[in-house]
Amino acid sequence: MANDKSAARPLSPHLQIYRPMLTMMMSIMHRITGVGLYFGIVLLVWWLIAASISDGYFDFVQGFFGHWFGRLLLFGFTWALIHHALGGLRHLLWDTGRGFDLNTVEWLARANLAGSIVLTILLWIVGYGVMA
Amino acid sequence: MTPDKSGTRHFRQMWVTSIASVPLVLFLLWFIISHLGASRADVVASVQNPFTAILLILSFAVILWHMRLGMEMVLEDYVHDERMLRASLLANTLFTAAIGVAALYAILKMSFGS
Repeated sequence: MANDKSAARPLSPHLQIYRPMLTMMMSIMHRITGVGLYFGIVLLVWWLIAASISDGYFDFVQGFFGHWFGRLLLFGFTWALIHHALGGLRHLLWDTGRGFDLNTVEWLARANLAGSIVLTILLWIVGYGVMA
Repeated sequence: MTPDKSGTRHFRQMWVTSIASVPLVLFLLWFIISHLGASRADVVASVQNPFTAILLILSFAVILWHMRLGMEMVLEDYVHDERMLRASLLANTLFTAAIGVAALYAILKMSFGS
């Protein structure tokens, strides 16, 4: 903890000292998407609560998610979820002691980013297909 | 809340909830996508299937536990004041518990009829 004793100790170099790298950005994104999902789950619970209350309130919430702003929130939520899930799979792989050589790490970072975008768009195509 | 000093337990719980989250998130995505534009009666009818209701409850339990662990790590990294850390860890527990109770209420209410 940062009390008076520890404040005098030299500090290790932090983020701003390093050149930004993809793997580093992906690590940060994993945390940011995690925090986003933490609060974003409120949207899902709101929808479930609305479904349990009344037709009128459910229609109101459905209307919110149907609005362009609601859809934007849900699109961001979908991407954060897929990104965080794929990032989690990377961590599960690393937990087995595999995938630590530089080429693999770099490839995994790219696959995570590309995969999150592609899968999010695919899911939304399926979603619009379901509604059509 | 006291800061969690048991790193191994934290790691193991994170590991278990991460793995369990993969199929459960796929289930949630399927549940949400299959109810896009659905009426309230459709959603209620789905949740009245016991299998669906139980999977929903299980999903929230696992994901909320995972969320609490993850936010705990974030708070321990960035909140350096001991009292603020304890307060924020308590807020983390209360927030995830409140979300869980709200979700459980909605699922059970639909499942048992309405």
